[in-house]
Amino acid sequence: MSKLFSGAEIVFKCLEDHNVNVIFGYPGGAVLPIYDELKNFPSIKHFLVRHEQGAGHAAEGYARSSGKPGVALVTSGPGATNIVTALTDAYMDSVPIVCISGQVPTHLIGTDAFQECDTTGITRPCTKHNWLVKDIKDLGKIIHRAFEVATTGRPGPVLIDIPKDIQFQKTTYTKYKKQKKLNGKGQNNFNQSEIDRLIELMSKASKPIFYTGGGVINSGPKASELLRELVSSTGFPITSTLQGLGAFPADDNQFIGMLGMHGTYEANNAMHDCDLMINVGARFDDRITGKLDEFSPKSQKVHIDIDPSSINKNVKVDLPIIGDVAEVITSTLKTIKKKKPSFTKSNKQRISKWWEKIAKWRSVNSLNYENSSETIKPQYAVQRLYELTKDKDTFITTEVGQHQMWAAQHYKFNKPNRWMTSGGLGTMGYGLPAAVGVQVAHPNKLVIDIAGEASVLMTMQEMSTAVQYSLPIKIFILNNEYMGMVRQWQELLHDKNYSESYTAALPDFVKLAEAYGCVGLRATTPEELDDKIIEMLNTERPVIFDCRVDKIENCFPMIPSGKPHNEMLLGPNDQKQKKITGKGKILV
Amino acid sequence: MSKPKSAYSIPGKIGKMDTHIIVVWVDNEAGVLARVVGLFSGRGYNIESLAVAEVDHKKNISRITIVTTGTPQVIEQIKLQLKKLIPVHKVADFKREDKNVIFKEMALLKIVGNASNAKKAIKACKRFNAVILDKTSKSVVIQVTALRRDIDKLSKNLKSSGLVSASRTGAVAMTRGSHTFK
Repeated sequence: MSKLFSGAEIVFKCLEDHNVNVIFGYPGGAVLPIYDELKNFPSIKHFLVRHEQGAGHAAEGYARSSGKPGVALVTSGPGATNIVTALTDAYMDSVPIVCISGQVPTHLIGTDAFQECDTTGITRPCTKHNWLVKDIKDLGKIIHRAFEVATTGRPGPVLIDIPKDIQFQKTTYTKYKKQKKLNGKGQNNFNQSEIDRLIELMSKASKPIFYTGGGVINSGPKASELLRELVSSTGFPITSTLQGLGAFPADDNQFIGMLGMHGTYEANNAMHDCDLMINVGARFDDRITGKLDEFSPKSQKVHIDIDPSSINKNVKVDLPIIGDVAEVITSTLKTIKKKKPSFTKSNKQRISKWWEKIAKWRSVNSLNYENSSETIKPQYAVQRLYELTKDKDTFITTEVGQHQMWAAQHYKFNKPNRWMTSGGLGTMGYGLPAAVGVQVAHPNKLVIDIAGEASVLMTMQEMSTAVQYSLPIKIFILNNEYMGMVRQWQELLHDKNYSESYTAALPDFVKLAEAYGCVGLRATTPEELDDKIIEMLNTERPVIFDCRVDKIENCFPMIPSGKPHNEMLLGPNDQKQKKITGKGKILV
Repeated sequence: MSKPKSAYSIPGKIGKMDTHIIVVWVDNEAGVLARVVGLFSGRGYNIESLAVAEVDHKKNISRITIVTTGTPQVIEQIKLQLKKLIPVHKVADFKREDKNVIFKEMALLKIVGNASNAKKAIKACKRFNAVILDKTSKSVVIQVTALRRDIDKLSKNLKSSGLVSASRTGAVAMTRGSHTFK
């Protein structure tokens, strides 16, 4: 007879089988058997967080920077509910996470037992799928399936709820066998005629644009390489969503910046005026489209996406191509080479007028701001941070708010998987634990969380995790004492009634850093900024950097509420002329 | 109904609403109905009626029939979102007007009153495959199978004949002819 293993052992055997060597977690009553087994699996290193939300975001940071699924281990009840935010975040941004939660023993389920909650019920809408393991014989199979579901098709979080008695029970273990067909889900589903049609549209277009998103990153590093090849061979301009930054080099001339609510003038105008829009792995999110009725009215739209439900969800498209970005681009490139080898040359002429137009928009220099010699402008801080770190292979995470947009606008990414930010859910407190996860995945790389003082306080406790494992993350706080984006909207839309957006009592971040056992630095003037940043970079321990910036700076350019792409606010002087009125005010 | 989830889009025109019958084949596992129903409530889709039972005991396949209304775009989303659920095997979608599909709903109607009331009620039900399941001097329970809107009308008419309780199954659907949905 084959050997019997306990449920807890099977959990780790499965993790080993799926090449997991890092888990983020927090012990508790309902997962004690699993924690007890940890010592017997030296290839798996456990990182103890300070709050389960931190475990979830750390797993996200790990997954997004490494391309491997992130694994979190939490206990029942509050352990599970605490990780819900991170699971929802991962669901919105398509990050593969496998969350294992403990549950009260099966005979106690439904009795309102201590630390019991309906974990699978609570997490059903925020996971791709979840399982409550009721029979030890199913455990191994379910965990294998969970990894498949999390990592195939459009990636996302999954959760496995394991009652405590199941963790003790014994059964045999079956190794993972890769299945070819996954219940018809997450498959490529495109054909050559669609690729031909795409190329036909491309060869006819005179005002084309690539609009790329997180799907390119999720498709793997190969997809980014292929995208570069496709973009350079077509000569088309390319813009990217917040999540897609890094898939195409930001310093390339064909890249016209990020698009959307705080995107560049040239990107948004090009999206509005184009005659062919090729969406590669993006989802027509409302921060991108602006007013739907007036979204890119004159264009034919192509949408490449692995998730069929993304097609025609917000914007009706003319040519949907359902498939993995890398594979769709591979076929496209192949077809171009085979059928239209002269494509590149003929095309560049056709679109030269389009580039002239883009150059005009570009000359507006929409990311410009008025610098100051007395106070540190937040944009200047990000620019200096970029200049001083661009020679290193730097990984950036962010929290959510103005600082996030400034980071996206002014930090230039040239490689995929270097930019981790909470886009879909917009989770304040994402960046610090995510940085922990990124640093775990890349121990020798520079990892910086560009943060706001309000966001970072939401998960500040994870500094303690960083110190415990000597993870030298750098928390670069653009401290303006306001919830900056809230303040900005209140200024523009609520007659400067800054209701509850000012934090009247903030900790001394330098002392806080010292309390956590890491290094605190502060910069208050533009002159000292560079030196302090260099000091931060030369510190081999975790650092909290309190960068005191202008308190009332707003993030521009901005598409105001209820406006189409071609009606952007470019800066403080522009806003007087284009006052937001009427219906625009009620929208978020 | 399609409410624009998009944060700063101004609610646009609401397109034409159609009634569709959506049939979903799912693994009959714990929580599967909650997944399907939760998808509808979470995304703001309508459920007019719902019928579900296991149809294949060997493979543990259940068949869920949902009557819903929505614009063509919403109906398309419903189908695509359903197909994404892991326990879902296939999804069929029929328009209510579709002549190639049979839609039926069963109802149990309890009439309380004198003999003439009962007689009147039985007569009214006759067209709808009426079966008398229980009869006393004061009451009668009638089973009818018909289209949803016929049962709607019927139960309205029977109010005056002493209809005190109606129990309905929700519509189920089947294609006509030898063809089955793959």
